Amino acid sequence: MPIWEPKKECMSEDELRQLQLERLQATVNRVYRNVSFYRRRFKEMDFRPEDDLTELRDLERLPFTTSQDVSDSYPYEMFAVPLREVVRVHSSSGTMSNPRVVGYTREDLRTWSGLVARILTAGGVTQDDVIQVTFVYGLLTGGLGIHYGAERIGASVLPTSVGRTERQIKIMQDFRTTVLASTPSYALVMADRMDEMGVDPKRLSLKYCICAGEPWLESMRREIESRLFVKVTDNYGISEIMGPGVAGECLEQHGMHLQEDHFLGEIVDPATGVVLPPGEEGELVITTLTKEAFPMIRYRTGDLCRFIPEPCACGRTLRRISRIRGRCDDVVVIKGTNIIPERVGDVLETIKGERPVYQLVATRRGHRDELEIWIEVTEHFFYDKMREQKALLDTMRQKVANFIGISPRIRLVEQGSLERVHGRVKLFVDRREH
Amino acid sequence: MLTVKSIHTYYGNIHALKGVSLHVGEGEVVTLIGANGAGKSTLVNTVCGLVKPAKGVIELEGEAIHAHATEDIVRRGIALVPEGRQIFSTLTVQANLEMGAFLHRRNGRQVREDMERMLERFPILRQRSHQLAGTLSGGEQQMLAISRALMSRPRLLVLDEPSMGLAPLVTKEIFNIIDELHREGRTILLIEQNARAALQIADRGYVLETGKVVLEGEGAMLLEHREVKRAYLGKGARDIWEA
Repeated sequence: MPIWEPKKECMSEDELRQLQLERLQATVNRVYRNVSFYRRRFKEMDFRPEDDLTELRDLERLPFTTSQDVSDSYPYEMFAVPLREVVRVHSSSGTMSNPRVVGYTREDLRTWSGLVARILTAGGVTQDDVIQVTFVYGLLTGGLGIHYGAERIGASVLPTSVGRTERQIKIMQDFRTTVLASTPSYALVMADRMDEMGVDPKRLSLKYCICAGEPWLESMRREIESRLFVKVTDNYGISEIMGPGVAGECLEQHGMHLQEDHFLGEIVDPATGVVLPPGEEGELVITTLTKEAFPMIRYRTGDLCRFIPEPCACGRTLRRISRIRGRCDDVVVIKGTNIIPERVGDVLETIKGERPVYQLVATRRGHRDELEIWIEVTEHFFYDKMREQKALLDTMRQKVANFIGISPRIRLVEQGSLERVHGRVKLFVDRREH
Repeated sequence: MLTVKSIHTYYGNIHALKGVSLHVGEGEVVTLIGANGAGKSTLVNTVCGLVKPAKGVIELEGEAIHAHATEDIVRRGIALVPEGRQIFSTLTVQANLEMGAFLHRRNGRQVREDMERMLERFPILRQRSHQLAGTLSGGEQQMLAISRALMSRPRLLVLDEPSMGLAPLVTKEIFNIIDELHREGRTILLIEQNARAALQIADRGYVLETGKVVLEGEGAMLLEHREVKRAYLGKGARDIWEA
């Protein structure tokens, strides 16, 4: 199978490490000069880039950057170039008090589309393909990220964005889509709808499915493959780092090649922050090596995975990371949206001035994820009149929906019935069957 | 081919290179650009062994060379075309070329063949071969300096400011020569004030600023880079931070 940038993707380890060192030094020099957040931090710990960063290993001395740090620098504090040089701004999903805003220079966009071209090529896409992009277009990075990478390859892009499934299927039939770019769960939603509509997936032109956007399982991959008659690859992207294109699977379907000439990956123990030996599972930490507008030094992604040290049969030498097994912080991912259960409580608290005892429950109906919020009934949240009670639940639903972007079902449950651990209610329960 | 890792070089109290890393791959033309005093020439001198680094590693094809004497570095295959050309002005053109082949002096036939090749490449040098080098024009002297370096059959050719003090037309000719050498598959490290010309022919480039690398990338990319344009290509000098 073709490789988009063989010179880079098949580099020898020595070459790669040298390039990483050069780019890391340039990045650290730039953030030290241009980003007050990093300059302050480095000075606090008496870290002088020119003296103290002589090997890649020295990076381990630097502190992590967390999503909270990014959130606190809302909106432009962490940009490393003047706004004049920023040609695109995205923002991540999530329910932090402030969204995490990221910027791109013209060169960043070029790098980005090149990296997406790499992962799409790895997933089987060529210039002869018709690719239907069902990721959200907008402030999130998914839609536009995949879009420009596919254009870079020369494929014909159908920017259908998400939703209106029947129309998606009609387009897929009529426009003879050969590649579907989608979240795994939406691919299955489409398969379900095809069943209902009586559309035979065998009669479609689909060949490949580029999946990304949420943690998923091998069984889901097999299901998508057997129901849509496609080859499915797994991909990893994260807005704070770049968006899609950070890592992607090749058709060997065994782990995602991290674009190590642009991103330096470390796997750390989520509790202690200590770097783990290759092959051990932990939290993925990424340092950008070429980002100009929004460089990140040791960003804690919160995603759990491991490095696969063995070489890949496809010929690419860039190391692979395993499928993301889940989150290691209190962020939960439902319908591709990051939610922090604690923050949902903050919203509920504003309604009646008291924090209810609540629990977020993720369920799955068919292939669709649903969010339920179970609230223990107390006098404070109980009305004799049905109408008032209903109005309260509606308000709760609306407020939460406005805040996190997906509409939950609110259920009142008996006092003391929510699952507790050490006397405290578990804020999140996952009832999606995996 | 050449790998430089976290080099620090001092001139007395001046910390001229502060942890510079770069590499030049086989057959590549790599350019260093930067303002006066950014450390470009210091880097050249360090690579060629004229100044010893205080810290860091320089490897030529995997072998550390930073602790070696200059003549040993030349023997290992690095040839320098120095800033200001520095030809032997009181010797003839031919003698200058012979000096360049000093390493191969025991192999007369090879030297004669190489010299013939140089004179073929630069016909003007053949016309002037018995003239004293000091009587040549600036451009001719530069051609002589380049051919003299090539006479040592280097694996890496280092060019320090080859266009300095030359008229624009002559500069163009010199860059054409460098481009030709590139197409022949030679490996070149090019230090140049004329960032535009250098980036146009380079595969990759590094931007040095006060002894540190702040940018690395392909030549074409750097040529279009707004920061490079502003600082080195004289476009849009305003530098206001809105954010």
